[in-house]
Amino acid sequence: MESIQLGWIDYAILLSYTAFVIGIGFALKRYMKSSSDYLMSGRSIPAWVTGLAFISANLGALELVGMTASGAKYGIATCHFYWVGAIPAMIFLAVFMMPFYYGSRARSVPEYLKLRFDERTRCFNSLTFAVMTVFASGISMNALAKLLHLLLGWDYNLSLWICSVVVLLYVLKGGLTSAIYTEVLQFFMIVLGFAPVVYLGLKDVGGWEALKVKLAIVAAHPASLGLVTDVHKTFASNAWTSAWKPLLGGASANPMGVDWFAMIFGLGFVLSFGYWCTNFLVVQRAMAAKNMSAARRTPIIAAIPKMIFPILVILPGMIAIGLAVTPSEHYRLPPARVADSLLAKAVQVVRHAPANDPALVQEVAAATGKRMIPASVEALGGGAAASLTDTQLSSRIQDAVAENDYDGVILSLVKKYCPTGLLGLALTALLASFMSGMAGNVTAFNTVWTYDLYQAYLAPNKSDEHYMWMARSVTVVGILLSIAAAYFASRYNNAMDVIQLVFGFVNAPLFATFLLGMFWKRATSHGAFFGLIAGTGTSALFHALTISAGNAPGIKGGYLHILYTFPSEMAQNFWLATFAFGVCFVLTLGISLSTSRTKTDDELKGLVYSLTPKIKEDESTAWYMRPAIAGSLLLVCCVIINLIFW
Amino acid sequence: MGLDIRYPIGYMFSLVGVLLVIASFTDDPAQLHRSLGININLIWGVFLVLFGLCMLLMAWRAKKAEKAARK
Repeated sequence: MESIQLGWIDYAILLSYTAFVIGIGFALKRYMKSSSDYLMSGRSIPAWVTGLAFISANLGALELVGMTASGAKYGIATCHFYWVGAIPAMIFLAVFMMPFYYGSRARSVPEYLKLRFDERTRCFNSLTFAVMTVFASGISMNALAKLLHLLLGWDYNLSLWICSVVVLLYVLKGGLTSAIYTEVLQFFMIVLGFAPVVYLGLKDVGGWEALKVKLAIVAAHPASLGLVTDVHKTFASNAWTSAWKPLLGGASANPMGVDWFAMIFGLGFVLSFGYWCTNFLVVQRAMAAKNMSAARRTPIIAAIPKMIFPILVILPGMIAIGLAVTPSEHYRLPPARVADSLLAKAVQVVRHAPANDPALVQEVAAATGKRMIPASVEALGGGAAASLTDTQLSSRIQDAVAENDYDGVILSLVKKYCPTGLLGLALTALLASFMSGMAGNVTAFNTVWTYDLYQAYLAPNKSDEHYMWMARSVTVVGILLSIAAAYFASRYNNAMDVIQLVFGFVNAPLFATFLLGMFWKRATSHGAFFGLIAGTGTSALFHALTISAGNAPGIKGGYLHILYTFPSEMAQNFWLATFAFGVCFVLTLGISLSTSRTKTDDELKGLVYSLTPKIKEDESTAWYMRPAIAGSLLLVCCVIINLIFW
Repeated sequence: MGLDIRYPIGYMFSLVGVLLVIASFTDDPAQLHRSLGININLIWGVFLVLFGLCMLLMAWRAKKAEKAARK
């Protein structure tokens, strides 16, 4: 893939965006008077701003790139992450959980756990969360810098550091407020930057109906595009374009390899509620709202664009598949990258192969470690390679890789459709998504470190100036740690997989703890702590005992013993979450009933549903903006969308 | 908080819109085949300018209403 040339207008757009986000940080600096201004925005932000920041903080580069990749791999079923997962969870957060987060004295999610249970649970949650945010932002940075290097030829180190410095400048100056305000600007940037690309792609492919026809061809021969490895595998014609029918046909009838129960319970209930309702990264945005009703409206407002976001992030992946199956388009999915050292090895293999070597394809595949397109490799044999330089030859070998690099899909479309100008806009949108994700992680890390770890355990009872100083210093430290994590991710891919795996284990049972804590006053601190630990242990054990089809035992699971084989990694993941949640729920329940309560009814006021007075709706709030009513309306819309794409 | 985020959003998108409109004139016409023969820079640039102006208008009206309320 040759890199794209940027014109001066593209750079001008990039620079104006950068100038504006840094400018916002400086403009907000004078309002930062106390640690609560800096870390909690002084709870003064209007709901539409926190609402847009709420989705923007989640919409990091990985989400944008990853959802498009899944759109290509699995088609419209990827929308379940939004329509079954995110939307109901966001409405639940708004209607039921926000009153406890915002109404209690808690300044963060871990602090809520301390007020509701005890220090142990808070410590466990804040430590894992702090480490997780650093690694999450590092992984995302690494992915972005790699992409920019591949497509624009930008230097990896340079793009990593420049992007980080921009984020550092505006977060350091304006704290959480600055992160939230720029997230709103980034939200519009991402939407307005990618919308024209999606429009052009859809027009090119012939519109939605034509796309459906093309995706039906793909479904009949998914192996022809490298979507599955089994050449005889076929799916029903609607496998990429119907959200539910292929799912109801069982795990082997849909490209995701997931059954409907795992989808609804594992993804829809356990994983999504766990993420949207307990992850401080997003909840922090709502907690910064100016009053209770604004805090509850935040996730509701966020749910509206979230519902139609699949058009922006999933549809492009489907369009790419539709283009790839149309010969006249001359478009192919970007091939998986082979490391330079392996390419050099493959070049030698081709050069030294005897004429008409029947095993050439296997030998090259062994050298690159990837499946190859036989015809393209054979074309290089028989002396044809002699007339090519090493550079030409290695790029021919790279082009002959049969496996797809799904993460490159979104940029390959940008490259295909954008003339200078629009190109700068789309790239700025990509950078904006990256920065919003990183700033989100850094501000959440900042607050948890300062309030839940530093103030709680290391240096209690210091002056507010001291904590303010700490918060500022930790912004720098947090960004440096993220950069270190990015280098770590680029060097030790496998170690990174292990780390992400461990976080999956920690997150899976978390929602059970919050659910029981908020809605059952009898839940005790012993129950919560040991239930959570056991739930985490269950995830680890479940992973060690199961595997998904096509994977070797090891990092992908099954290293102790293989009790069960799932049809896909996603199915394994959803069922893991389901089991971890179940164990955590049952144990928390059991241990709570057999231990005595440590907190009185009075102490739990404002923290537990049955002990908290019902919130009186503000008379000035329009009826349709009341959380329960607006939430129900949104749920109805969500059901209708599901039915349309049934 | 003292800053109305609609101002920076409005100014930035107006500026970016103008840049796109400029690009629509300076771009090599041969590049147009990429965007299917549509002069997407011009159309989208004008749209972004309008979007930016709308944001500025909303911010300006909110400011006026606030001033009136304070009186």
